[in-house]
Amino acid sequence: MHLSPDEIIFWQSGFIKLNATIVFTWLLMLLLVIGSRLITRHLSQNISRSRWQNLLELIITNIEQQLKEVGLQQPRIYIDFLGTLFLFVAVASLSTIIPGFEPPTGSLSTTVALASAVFIAVPLYGITRQGIVSYLQSYMQPTIIMLPFNLIGEVSRTIALAVRLFGNMMSGALIIAILVAITPLLFPIVMTLLGLLTGIVQAYIFFILAAVYIAAATGANEPDRQQKSH
Amino acid sequence: MDSLTYIAIISIITAGITTALGTMLPAFAEGKAIVAALTSLAQQPDASSTITRTLFVGLAMIESTAIYCFVVSMIVLFANPFWNYALTQAAGK
Repeated sequence: MHLSPDEIIFWQSGFIKLNATIVFTWLLMLLLVIGSRLITRHLSQNISRSRWQNLLELIITNIEQQLKEVGLQQPRIYIDFLGTLFLFVAVASLSTIIPGFEPPTGSLSTTVALASAVFIAVPLYGITRQGIVSYLQSYMQPTIIMLPFNLIGEVSRTIALAVRLFGNMMSGALIIAILVAITPLLFPIVMTLLGLLTGIVQAYIFFILAAVYIAAATGANEPDRQQKSH
Repeated sequence: MDSLTYIAIISIITAGITTALGTMLPAFAEGKAIVAALTSLAQQPDASSTITRTLFVGLAMIESTAIYCFVVSMIVLFANPFWNYALTQAAGK
């Protein structure tokens, strides 16, 4: 039994291996880019619009709403990075419906890459919003004794992001593989449903945690109480 | 008993204990979190979206410790470096 899509190799020459993780990531990238390009080709601003445009607007509006609730008051600045994180992980989990598809987030390489992107993005956004001196001073809050703990905390929560996503995706695929060997008909379907649910929840968790880290780094405050609708 | 047997026995026992602890203890913690969330939902149904979202984020954080235990168990069972090393030693003899 294979623990990750890294072990399925499609093509190899020298030390360059084209394994299932890379191929499925490329397929996802193609799907997302071509899909959104086709949908946004003819955007309409009046009431009648295509249902796909409606779907995209729903997704974008809800992501913006979530970012505002976390404390990022101008979500448009952050939505390309954070929204892509959410959409990539969510579409990767949902595409497990397609038979033969393994989510690339089931490999530690992909999740470490995504977590490293967050690790680099947090100081980047913090420095562009607060200035480098003020951002570095935030590491010494509340006292300078906390400096090593803050630094270690940065690294450990990045590792936690990566391992959390990897563990959830890998365990879903592994449970289904084991159950297919034991009771082929009913339980793998139930576990696939559970895998879909946990995939979406983990995509949301990854996105919200990255948003919270960025909000903490940019010194965002709590959203105004009056802004809360319904 | 030679070292290969020792490694196998200890790996199996360790994997079992890791999985057992990793399922029981996070389950306690998640139960307490859900109890607190349900109590506050009953008291303030208006804040249900915030409470639900915070509940799910908290559950995911607790779940991640269970996932760490699962990952370690899987590594010990299926990708055990000590077992592989001992196998190459035994095959080399």
